[in-house]
Amino acid sequence: MTVVEVLFLLLGLVAAGSALLVVTTRTMVHAALWLVVTLGAVAGIFLLLAAEFVAWVQILIYVGAVVVLLLFALMLTKAPTGPQPDLDARRALPAVAVAGLVLAVLGTTVVAGFHGVELDLDGAVVGSAQTTGATIFQQWVLPFEVLSVLLLAALVGAIVLSRGTGRRGGE
Amino acid sequence: MTSSLVSQGDLVLAAEDLSMFGQDPWWLVVIKAVLIFLVLVLLTLFNIWFERRVVARMQHRIGPNVHGPFGLLQSLADGVKLALKEDIIPKAADKAVFLLAPVLSVVPAFLAFAVIPFGPVVDVPFTDDMTTPLQLTDMPVAVLFVLAVASIGIYGIVLGGWSSGSTYSLLGGLRSSAQMISYEVAMGLALVAVFLYAGSMSTSAIVDAQERIWFGLILIPSFVIYVIAMVGETNRAPFDLPEAEGELVGGFHTEYSSLKFALFFLAEYVNMTTVSALATTLFLGGWRAPWPLSAVNDGMFNEGYWPVLWFLSKILLFIFFFIWLRGTLPRLRYDQFMAFGWKRLIPVSLAWIVAVATIRSLSLDGGFDRTYLLGALGVVAVLFLVLFFLGGEEEEEQAEAEERPFDAFAGGYPVPPMPHQVAQARSQSPTVASSTASEGSA
Repeated sequence: MTVVEVLFLLLGLVAAGSALLVVTTRTMVHAALWLVVTLGAVAGIFLLLAAEFVAWVQILIYVGAVVVLLLFALMLTKAPTGPQPDLDARRALPAVAVAGLVLAVLGTTVVAGFHGVELDLDGAVVGSAQTTGATIFQQWVLPFEVLSVLLLAALVGAIVLSRGTGRRGGE
Repeated sequence: MTSSLVSQGDLVLAAEDLSMFGQDPWWLVVIKAVLIFLVLVLLTLFNIWFERRVVARMQHRIGPNVHGPFGLLQSLADGVKLALKEDIIPKAADKAVFLLAPVLSVVPAFLAFAVIPFGPVVDVPFTDDMTTPLQLTDMPVAVLFVLAVASIGIYGIVLGGWSSGSTYSLLGGLRSSAQMISYEVAMGLALVAVFLYAGSMSTSAIVDAQERIWFGLILIPSFVIYVIAMVGETNRAPFDLPEAEGELVGGFHTEYSSLKFALFFLAEYVNMTTVSALATTLFLGGWRAPWPLSAVNDGMFNEGYWPVLWFLSKILLFIFFFIWLRGTLPRLRYDQFMAFGWKRLIPVSLAWIVAVATIRSLSLDGGFDRTYLLGALGVVAVLFLVLFFLGGEEEEEQAEAEERPFDAFAGGYPVPPMPHQVAQARSQSPTVASSTASEGSA
């Protein structure tokens, strides 16, 4: 095994292990922190695969914004500093089943799509900002637009929901 | 698959050349890293003294002047004093996170400096013909790296606030997380225009692109937005809401003492230096000498070790600006501050990015007339003004909607009136006055 392969394996283990801790820990804020470790390990995997741009964007957006917002929401709802023993997981089994299914679908997709593809990690162009931009806005422009419409719909939905309750509460 | 796309999409932008990085022997890398660390720590000690002296001067005081020449060793004495204080961990604290938070806050502050260029390629002293760039390393997405690392720094404050198990700390942490996320958006958007003009996200390439003219001059709106956002991002006055003394005692670091508090303090000052250095690199030509000096003797001042001087003086200029702001402006109210970030800064910077992209693609494609460029700038300026006035009207409408007389005891306990409300005199509501009097005596 080369150094890259060993590091890839280690980072994968860290990501999977901390992801397990996210759902098993008894302290809400610790769960969010383990999520940070997971996302950081994924960013490390991107770095290993020479996708620098995606790696730093992953840190900037997911670690730096999404999880901070999660923490923000947790603190607004009074997250206590101690562990909460009553954090239950009644639907643990269905959740495991769904997670397994998602893993199967994504795994098959990746294997079917990229089986036998070799990355040239020494060539710096593999994951540069230019390559990423050109790929997203030429080859994958349709999925990109669909995703942005989905996000826009979610945004509008959130605003409608919060405004609606606010009006009723005010009157 | 992807390589063909790249060759199609080749733009007429300056190709970045990072081949000079990653060539240094290990001992040179270690020396560079230690030097950066030393410069940052010494600058912190100096900046604390500088701030106290300048603010004292602004307030007609003298400031620290006893220890060392001009009181320069005062910060060192304070540091030693801080280290000797008792280290307190509150009982309600989440211990692991409580210890982790100051570290998470200080390490990213130092990390960002890895990609900041201090100068051009220079000869290494005491060697035969070895050259090296005055920069620890560089990468094609260096500025993105700085932003990503800075966003990790938020965790130190948020987690420090939460893990203390104190209400003041929690409120400070909450405020700071909201504030830093909001202003990070504006900050990132302000940098997009620079990327468009430089055609690169690597810091050394951006400095190279400013050989003719500084980006701070041609991209003034971006520069202004960045400067505002950087003050918000570093939690400095007038945006120091996370540690507003009058409201939150000390904010997120209320419960911290001794060296852990010192780490937060260090992080704040190193962050100030980092955002100043980034502003210098992206908008003020980095290590390049200012105009009249840059023409002296065929650019003599842009070679060798001279640029370090320009770079450090530009940083100190920004630090002075920070201190000046603190000395003159009162703290903003929290809602005003968030409204300013989301309703003014972000829309304005979005409009400006569209304008810059248009101008850029026009001048790249066909070398358009400069009049169009000026016309577009005018449109942007008008948009800017319209946005500001529209925002003002909305707030007035809100104020008119709340016409009900102000009742200080509506919530069961007395609250002060908002700025547009008028508090009624005590004597007009005898029942309330008597009830509070009886509560007070009880």
